[in-house]
Amino acid sequence: MIRFTFSRAAVALTLVAALSNGASAQQQPVAITNARIHTVSGPVIERGTLVMQNGRITAVGANVTAPAGARIIDAAGKTVTPGLLDSSTGLGTVEIGADAPSNDQSSSTDRITAALNPLDNLNPFATAIPVTRVEGITRAVVAPNPGASFIAGQGLLIDLGSLNANVSVTRNPIAMYAVLGEQGAERTGGTRATNLLRLREVLQDTRDYATNRNAFDAGSRRDYALSRLDLEALIPVVRGEVPLAVTVNRASDILNALRLGREMNIKLILQGAAEGWMVAREIAAAKVPVVTNPLGNIPTFDALGITFENAARLHEAGVTLAIASFDTHNSRNLKQNAGHAVAYGLPHDAALRAVTLTPAQIWGVADRYGSLETGKDADVVIWSGDPFELTTTVDHVFIRGVEMPTETRQQKLLERYRSAVTFD
Amino acid sequence: MQVPRMIAGVVLLAACSSARPAAVPTSAPATPPASNDAVKASTEAVAFPSTYAPRPSRTTLIRNATILTAAGPTIQNGSLLMQDGKVVAVGASINAPAGAEIIDAAGKWVTPGIIDTHSHMGVYSAPGIAALQDGNEMTNPVTAEVWAEHSVWPHDPQFALALAGGITTAQLLPGSGNLIGGRGVTVKNVPARTVQEMKFPNAPYGLKMACGENPKRVYGGRGRAPSTSMGNMAGYRAAWIRAAKYRDDMAKWEKEGSDPAKRPMRDLQLETLALALDSEILIQNHCYRADEMVQMIDLAREFGYKIKSFHHAVEAYKVRDYLAKEDICASMWSDWWGFKLEAYDGIQENIPLVHEAGACAVVHSDDAQGIQRLNQEAAKAWTAGRKAGINLTRDDVIKWITINAAKALGIEKSTGSLEPGKMADVVIWSGDPFSVYTKAEKVFIDGALIYDRNDPRHQPKSDFMLGITPEVVR
Repeated sequence: MIRFTFSRAAVALTLVAALSNGASAQQQPVAITNARIHTVSGPVIERGTLVMQNGRITAVGANVTAPAGARIIDAAGKTVTPGLLDSSTGLGTVEIGADAPSNDQSSSTDRITAALNPLDNLNPFATAIPVTRVEGITRAVVAPNPGASFIAGQGLLIDLGSLNANVSVTRNPIAMYAVLGEQGAERTGGTRATNLLRLREVLQDTRDYATNRNAFDAGSRRDYALSRLDLEALIPVVRGEVPLAVTVNRASDILNALRLGREMNIKLILQGAAEGWMVAREIAAAKVPVVTNPLGNIPTFDALGITFENAARLHEAGVTLAIASFDTHNSRNLKQNAGHAVAYGLPHDAALRAVTLTPAQIWGVADRYGSLETGKDADVVIWSGDPFELTTTVDHVFIRGVEMPTETRQQKLLERYRSAVTFD
Repeated sequence: MQVPRMIAGVVLLAACSSARPAAVPTSAPATPPASNDAVKASTEAVAFPSTYAPRPSRTTLIRNATILTAAGPTIQNGSLLMQDGKVVAVGASINAPAGAEIIDAAGKWVTPGIIDTHSHMGVYSAPGIAALQDGNEMTNPVTAEVWAEHSVWPHDPQFALALAGGITTAQLLPGSGNLIGGRGVTVKNVPARTVQEMKFPNAPYGLKMACGENPKRVYGGRGRAPSTSMGNMAGYRAAWIRAAKYRDDMAKWEKEGSDPAKRPMRDLQLETLALALDSEILIQNHCYRADEMVQMIDLAREFGYKIKSFHHAVEAYKVRDYLAKEDICASMWSDWWGFKLEAYDGIQENIPLVHEAGACAVVHSDDAQGIQRLNQEAAKAWTAGRKAGINLTRDDVIKWITINAAKALGIEKSTGSLEPGKMADVVIWSGDPFSVYTKAEKVFIDGALIYDRNDPRHQPKSDFMLGITPEVVR
């Protein structure tokens, strides 16, 4: 019976969060007119209108009329895109990186914490959240950092539109996070082989537990390598319902991960994949998505083949690609990361897709978010120009139809010191 | 893939800074300094001398380029002539001397070579393993006696990556774990077998000092001084008192006839500090917080020395009037914040605000990735400034990564701008250097083509990189 108690608790937690979305509901319809609209799902509309009502996109196109009573924003000369999605952050879980008490992104425990869910860490008032959303990022994956354990826990997807203490959850959980390669080895006895051995052990124990819970409860089952809560949390992984997101960079480790995925019949997501370009065909054939930051090229023994062209080469091979910041305070540089990938060969439309629709698909929320289509959540950004260009500024950010405030702690510091200093 | 920046958990003290700056006191050393001539004479001027030699170069004329000179207005459809390693002429129209190599740079942009005032290339080399952690001699809070160049590994692959980002000169510094971390060295970014072959000829040395959280965390964590901000200050003051005594003892010895038998024993630590007291060595001071920068200005006044540049200076905008008045450069990031409490008040307008106040604003990297795109970092700061109503031009912004950086390193007379007679350290960019899509195409150092994105013969590769990555993977 204990298992049911836990399962119900987990479901209830998710529902509560989903029902008490932090952002206030959209009151007035909004029509953005004369804009260059990147719908992502279709061709660019050079001079179009987009209408938002009740938090959803209700119309988008070249010949759309604004509904009566709508607020009209003339966006002539501006560019409109979906709000961007950063596929790996610690947003809401870190205030000061170096200050352990205000940093909940990584745990120091060496036990496997598969049942850990960052929802329990999340603070929608974290100062980095408004700093990020004023820069056009409206959704973010919140993932645990690997602490001392090679299985760090679960990740969830939030929107950044929460204006009160309730977390605005888009989906939870979206993945289970583990590390392979050097990072995995150092957490599991020092070698890559012990790392994979431990991962196999964990997954096999989970399978055994899933079909023998009663025997486990009766004390007549063998010992497992991890606790009941963690076993429960891993059941959706071994059933292929929740993907295992593995940080892995060396080409040979990527192949090992793909082999393990096949062997265990689980869904995988590769995080990092710095040498992914060397085994791009295998990744594409396995239909395993990659989440990467294209702004990396410093060789390590975990990734001697790291190159700025990784994203472009993966895309060319047909790999499903999302671009992430792997940052928290500077998640806002997601735009620069995407632009950098374009500079090194990734087509611009693929780069935009890698920070909108593709991650929405990877994280299982593309029915609600990721493109500017009728019926989807109205996460919409109006930019002064190309969203990836360094000289572009953000004019308006809407999350589920509600315009976001421009206020941030940094804005307040600027205002205080903009003219307070007297000069000789 | 990098893991997000993580710093070991530490205990931090809350800061409280809401007071507005008061009037800036005028600067005057407390006591006139004694002569440092004896200390200078005692140092071996030829110790670890530069063996850098400009690479063979051709007389080269770049034509039809948009030229940001860092010394004047943008030149459209401009030309730049390089001869014998120097800039000979820059202007709208220049005739090619006989035999000159001519580069048609239509659609391309030309800038001075990019200079980073704060790099740990060579001292924290890739591939980043334990054997290469050579940047912080964290065995004593004052290690002025160590020289970064004695750690520099010339085969660090990061040098070549930075070159492809347009970096022609960088100051390689010790880390910030100590109050006084040691000498930094300024290098030309050329492939070399030894650090001596890279040393920028006649560039002054830097002396790395560090304020704030790092030294007190490192030593406080070991139960020894300094463990507090006041302990930090006491540590600097004790060091400068000893340095002044050394300088005075040496001066006295010289005055009394320089009898070799009576010469005070040479002390490497105090020698470096004594030379820093009169700016023979330039103070490069890691310092985040506004109030701590002003403490350091007062400390400098107490001992009669000059701070050349603050580094990181995340709160420089709060004391930009002090920086302007004291003529201290601030080497800054465009947008790093929040990773420590002393970085909590970082704002993207920091650099433009410092510039607007008339102080010497510099974009630095302190980062192996950032050094490859200082032009992009400058562009982000420019955009933030424009949004806040600070209207700067590309001619202003280019200075943050060229001539102002050169000034912070004391080499502004020889490089950092495109003016006749200066070193021909030059970058040709594929387009506007402040676009995310632009890349450095050709990089000249002292007139020699060191990097060419379109020619593998001019793409230096360190020994380390040979044969470890497959040249062709399918």
